Amino acid sequence: MKRSRKPRAPRPAPPAGAARLSLSRTGRRAGLFCLVLILLLLANATRLQVFQAKSLDDNAANRRDVIARYSQPRGNILVAGKPVTGSRQSGGPLDYQRTYTAGPLYAPVTGFSSQTYGNTLLEGVEDQILTGQDSRLSTNAVWDAISRATVPGGNVWTTINPKAQQAAFNGLGGKRGAVAAIEPATGRILALASTPSYDPNGITGTGPATVTGWTRLTADSTQPMLNRALRQTYPPGSTFKVVTLAAALQSGLYSGIDVPTDSPNPYTPKDTDHALTNESASDACTNATLDYALQVSCNTVFGKAGVDVGEQNMVRTAEAFGFNQSQQTIPVGVARSNFDTGLTSQAFLALSSIGQYDTAATPLQMAEVAAAVANNGTLMRPRLLDKVTRGDGATVQTFGDRRFGQPVSASVAGEIQQAMVNVVQNGTGTNAQIPGAVVGGKTGTAQNGVGNSGTPYAWFISYAKPSASAAAPVAVAVVIEDSDANRADISGGGLAAPIARAVMQAVLSG
Amino acid sequence: MVLAVAIAAYGYVDVGADIDGKAPSDALRYGLGLGALALLAHLAVRRRARYADPLLLPIAVLLNGLGLVVIYRLDRSTPNDSTAPTQLLWSTIGVALFLAVVVLLRDYRVLQRYAYVLALVTLLLMIVPIFLPAVYGAKIWIKIGPLSFQPGEIAKIALAIFFASYLAQHRDALALTGRRIWRLELPRGRNLGPIVLIWLVSAAILFLEQDLGTLLIFFGLFVVMLYVATGRIGWIAVGLVLVGVAVVPVALWEPHVHVRFVDWLDPMRTIRLGLGPSQLAQSMFAFAAGGLLGTGLGLGHSYLIGFAMKSDWILATFGEETGLVGLAALFLLYAIVVVRGFRTGRELHDPFGRLLAIGLASLLALQVFVVAGGVTDLIPLTGMTMPFLAQGGSSLVTNWILIALLVKLSDAARRPRPPVPQLLTPPPEPNAASAAAEPDPDDEETEGVPTV
Repeated sequence: MKRSRKPRAPRPAPPAGAARLSLSRTGRRAGLFCLVLILLLLANATRLQVFQAKSLDDNAANRRDVIARYSQPRGNILVAGKPVTGSRQSGGPLDYQRTYTAGPLYAPVTGFSSQTYGNTLLEGVEDQILTGQDSRLSTNAVWDAISRATVPGGNVWTTINPKAQQAAFNGLGGKRGAVAAIEPATGRILALASTPSYDPNGITGTGPATVTGWTRLTADSTQPMLNRALRQTYPPGSTFKVVTLAAALQSGLYSGIDVPTDSPNPYTPKDTDHALTNESASDACTNATLDYALQVSCNTVFGKAGVDVGEQNMVRTAEAFGFNQSQQTIPVGVARSNFDTGLTSQAFLALSSIGQYDTAATPLQMAEVAAAVANNGTLMRPRLLDKVTRGDGATVQTFGDRRFGQPVSASVAGEIQQAMVNVVQNGTGTNAQIPGAVVGGKTGTAQNGVGNSGTPYAWFISYAKPSASAAAPVAVAVVIEDSDANRADISGGGLAAPIARAVMQAVLSG
Repeated sequence: MVLAVAIAAYGYVDVGADIDGKAPSDALRYGLGLGALALLAHLAVRRRARYADPLLLPIAVLLNGLGLVVIYRLDRSTPNDSTAPTQLLWSTIGVALFLAVVVLLRDYRVLQRYAYVLALVTLLLMIVPIFLPAVYGAKIWIKIGPLSFQPGEIAKIALAIFFASYLAQHRDALALTGRRIWRLELPRGRNLGPIVLIWLVSAAILFLEQDLGTLLIFFGLFVVMLYVATGRIGWIAVGLVLVGVAVVPVALWEPHVHVRFVDWLDPMRTIRLGLGPSQLAQSMFAFAAGGLLGTGLGLGHSYLIGFAMKSDWILATFGEETGLVGLAALFLLYAIVVVRGFRTGRELHDPFGRLLAIGLASLLALQVFVVAGGVTDLIPLTGMTMPFLAQGGSSLVTNWILIALLVKLSDAARRPRPPVPQLLTPPPEPNAASAAAEPDPDDEETEGVPTV
């Protein structure tokens, strides 16, 4: 150190207590050293608690997030104002575990919230609300952040109509399929059913039972956890003829549904030698009117109409009805329904126009087609939520009706309605008739598999009005993919239309 | 003092309120128990050491009380392992020993006479655990029935007394003789002999017992006291070399210690390897979760640390539940005791008392640093207990004795001097009248240098 000089040369017996540096000086230095140590501790604690706190909090191995998430009852998902979810104390390290009052019935709506496997569907997208983490739930966000108050989970109010949901679920029964129902004027989704379903109660917790339940569900070849109404696309088959009909009318190819079309039977597009035929040779599809062609579902008329309208008009109309959206959310994500763009082959365009080839749609998408027609040509964005409320009932957010677009004019929509009503009164859709109500619909029986080896999918899309002049309170799409059914029995009118009727009746009866 | 008891009692009630929504049923009993201990200690100090520093005892009571609160709080997270009652028992024993020291030790200077005896007894106690089975990776325990005891803890104080005594006698020789190697003046081996011998033996024992923390504290105490006594930097160099020689091979090859070094350098390593978070990572998570203001008592999740969360890791619970603010207050409390210890050292006039006060204060500071630094990833983890806070009887009792000695020393330092010697002995103390700010009487070189 600075002051440590050499000892003054010969110095025998220094006086007692004399040292080269006094005790008080070295003592003070040692004291300072000790204080520096404590200051170092404080600086290091600041590093951990302030500067690195965020990254440590976010570390995946840090269980605090998970513990906090399950430390209080999760907010509920409500159907018609009644919770279809609940919470119970698990008795384990994660306090609260999700329960479902009617698991299989509402699983395609709620999804699941599992301590082991995460959250899906509404449980997933509204997770922040349900856990109480959403800042809007806090009555005094600043103070809650300081005091670290736990905000009770918010509630999520769905648009689901419990009767329609039940009718759809019962109608599907043991069959494999899905139902989507929409209120055309608002876009509110009234039913979302998918079968076979599953009970999410079996996978909400932790531990071996949950793992076993999960393994069984994921290994099941019938894919019970697949939400067929939103996440599975099927070739829409003849139900897509409604879109082609709309394109033909909207583009001016034909001036109305009652004028004869220019349609050979069978129809062979220019660039192929495969002829397009119809299901029943007895039907008078040659140069038939669009009305009649829809009534008996003439492939030849609509295949040719698609080609005559042209690729661009077909794509424009399909997209106006909601096809080819890759990021649709309701707010749950919906799979993209496809209508091929850039098709140059007339043969493929003709097939696409009757809902085959690469054309594929979710049940929700086909319900949107029916809804747009029923809503006089205006397509509302489908939505699953009405509002989000705090635990104490105060509304945090309401979801308004939003227009998606106008695929067809009101007058064209009126003509399509007329043709669809004709299908139910006189054509393939008679099974959907409801006494006292005006029902318009379209059947579909889509080919499936390589060389059409698979069992066809049975489709039905429809809407219902209490009277001809009233607004339609419901539009619905039903698909059945039942490998057990006799192939000959599978038809939209036979399998799917009765389910659609039940759902529409449930809504009409209020 | 009343405040200290009240804060601890409030903390206890708060834990209950936050976990159960109501005050714990035994809050009153607990508060009265702590209050009674505090009152006894207070009365003893008033009667037998009435000039003692008035902050030492209340801070010790407060720290002990806070420790009990947090241990009780962690008991709530470990329903099958209730340790707060045991800790209260140890607190009672600690206060009893505090009373014994304050009442029975009339003059701290008698300790000087027993320095070698104390050192020998301590060495013997420390040797015994080597022949006993290792507990939790270290052979530092003596287990008699349900009670276990770490002789290494009490050895710290004995060693501080021994160092103080030896250095007080030999500091001139140590300071003024020696040979010069390059720019460092090294002490003569002859003077160094006994003290290095004692230290080496202790170090060797701890080495065999794989108790790195105690080794670090012994070493730190040794170096600090040597420096204070002699003022020679050369000692620090010698000490650093010695500790380097001792620690590096252990850190590299002894698995128990090696893991701690690796964890220190990379606390998140086990997570990346898919082994889950290490205790150190869990501790860091706890501190981070506390943030600035903490989660509130009883509302954190420091129990995720698991093993030894009430002893070695107890600071993490403070960090999580009281935040940086609480932690800073805690460090401040320790700092006050340390500063008061050093001040006592300055105010005392005999070299032994000075060195002992400084040594005890340094001992406390070093313990705090080694423990808190370990659990906050500042230095490698050593597995020591936070003075007064942590669960563990030997540590608690030892620190109560430490405080008792500081109380006695500060009593002697602040005792007004009888007026007679002031008149009779002017030459060695030219400024004796102003006792507080007097320049060091035994320091020839500070003359002319302002003492602040």
